Amino acid sequence: MQANGTVFVYGDNVDTDVIIPARYLNSSDPKHLASHCMEDIDAAFAQKVRPGDIIVGGSNFGCGSSREHAPLAIKSCGVSCVIAKSFARIFYRNSINIGLAILECPQAAENIRQRDEISIDFDSGVITNKTREETYQAEPFPEFIREIINADGLLNSLSKC
Amino acid sequence: MAMTMTQKILADHAGLPEVRAGQLIRAKLDLVLGNDITTPVAINEFEKHGLSGVFNRDKIAIVLDHFTPNKDIKAAEQSKQCREFAKCNGITHFYDVGQMGIEHALLPEQGLVAAGEAVIGADSHTCTYGALGAFSTGVGSTDMAAGMATGECWFKVPSAIRVRLTGQPKKWIGGKDVVLTLIGMIGVDGARYQSLEFTGDGVAALSMDDRFAIANMAIEAGAKNGIFPVDEATIAYMKGRVNREYQVYEADADAPYEKTVEIDLSELRPVVACPHLPSNTKPADEVNDIAIDQVVIGSCTNGRLSDLATAAEIIKGRKVAENVRVIVIPATQHIYREAMRLGYLYTFIEAGCAVSTPTCGPCLGGHMGIMAAGERTVATTNRNFVGRMGDPSSEIYLAGPAVAAASAILGRIASPEEIEQGGN
Ligand code: SF4
Repeated sequence: MQANGTVFVYGDNVDTDVIIPARYLNSSDPKHLASHCMEDIDAAFAQKVRPGDIIVGGSNFGCGSSREHAPLAIKSCGVSCVIAKSFARIFYRNSINIGLAILECPQAAENIRQRDEISIDFDSGVITNKTREETYQAEPFPEFIREIINADGLLNSLSKC
Repeated sequence: MAMTMTQKILADHAGLPEVRAGQLIRAKLDLVLGNDITTPVAINEFEKHGLSGVFNRDKIAIVLDHFTPNKDIKAAEQSKQCREFAKCNGITHFYDVGQMGIEHALLPEQGLVAAGEAVIGADSHTCTYGALGAFSTGVGSTDMAAGMATGECWFKVPSAIRVRLTGQPKKWIGGKDVVLTLIGMIGVDGARYQSLEFTGDGVAALSMDDRFAIANMAIEAGAKNGIFPVDEATIAYMKGRVNREYQVYEADADAPYEKTVEIDLSELRPVVACPHLPSNTKPADEVNDIAIDQVVIGSCTNGRLSDLATAAEIIKGRKVAENVRVIVIPATQHIYREAMRLGYLYTFIEAGCAVSTPTCGPCLGGHMGIMAAGERTVATTNRNFVGRMGDPSSEIYLAGPAVAAASAILGRIASPEEIEQGGN
């Protein structure tokens, strides 16, 4: 599994209220959620983002509520992966459960800059920064989690067994 | 191998003699919870994957609390979807307008959670039930769907931080002051992926409502769960509410803790968490020149009876400040009725507060008290993130009910001592 895209960089503690504000939670339609993704910190994000693009955050990305609407909004925008120094735990498990790839990699989070072009190899955990000609090593997923992501989510993995 | 209290509960629910931090396990669940925002997403997943039915209709709770009584048509559709699902699957614990309360106040009150149980909820503040000595944690809607279908959930066994509480808190100090102080010390990701296990002789000095408020905000330190030992107060609380066997767990004396944080309750002062992080804490009397537009007293953190009692004690016989809108929201119907019987609601209304039926409402910026650009609220809720309660330029100061009530009277952030000293 591979991902390629342009990067949007955000800081520490990007919380679920800015990923998708609660005022939009009166619907769980993925298109509706995608159109308001990141609105309170980056009003133009939903217009600018292209399929395959990648979000890079600082520490504690996705902190706050358990709303699955947050990874869903990001996934529905076409984002192929979120890389961060660290993730809040509910966001982490929600992303895996819905099949949004996420990688913890402090080195990548510190060195990748806005609009860099990067590619990711999920099997090896290697992140290649094509703009800066650098590579960073992320921890590949443990087997258990890889099974869920490969099945495109927890429920698909359940209905298979 | 020695285990923490959380690890022991997880081991038993996974059918394993022992578990260690970092281990991935599949555990049996005693309760699966969802609300009017997260349940529809779970139902969609449930139906999309053709899951045939729920594992146990008595072990699922669905509470319509966030956008209810429905704030708009879309919210009404979401409630309707939950209602139909609950009916179709014969869900025993379904709470609609008229019976409902904010889920994390309601479930313990109704005896749906007991010591030693394992609970997941598609709501981050599900960690509240750790106050009862249960393992409970917030998950997402997909976990809720899988939990409803299988009665199980995957977990990574957490390591733990021990929080040792000592001493007796002074008057006006409540659970909120304890937990905001803790988050101020360790930060919003200070306990990320970990358990917060509360111990020490100070626990006995905290009421159950205080413990609920503390466990509730474990998530604001990034924790997977917060948990209290079971003592006489816990058993007294469960008596008459929980009519089934439950198990009391204790951490091993030599359980592995990553670190220990010490808090002397006798030294605490009323605190506020300034925008835009719950860790941005300051003593209330050091931020007393901040004018406010609104006060919200309610939520799953501080909408319980003792919170309303504290606020009423300060507000009684006084008037809310001019130009300040004060909204009081009892967390459940039971609390609402008791607050009425005890005269608190009369006190609030006479002082110029608006009193609402139970709802999450303004806590998540849903309805019932949304802020315009540049406005400021002192709230007894749990999150002060950008835009949480309205316009992205509005500000939330988090506090306990005593500071919120004092601020309502003085029209600026104020400590309860100022009111006692005749600050009105
Ligand atoms: S009161 Fe606020 S924090 Fe608690 S469940 Fe409702 S929205 Fe969530």
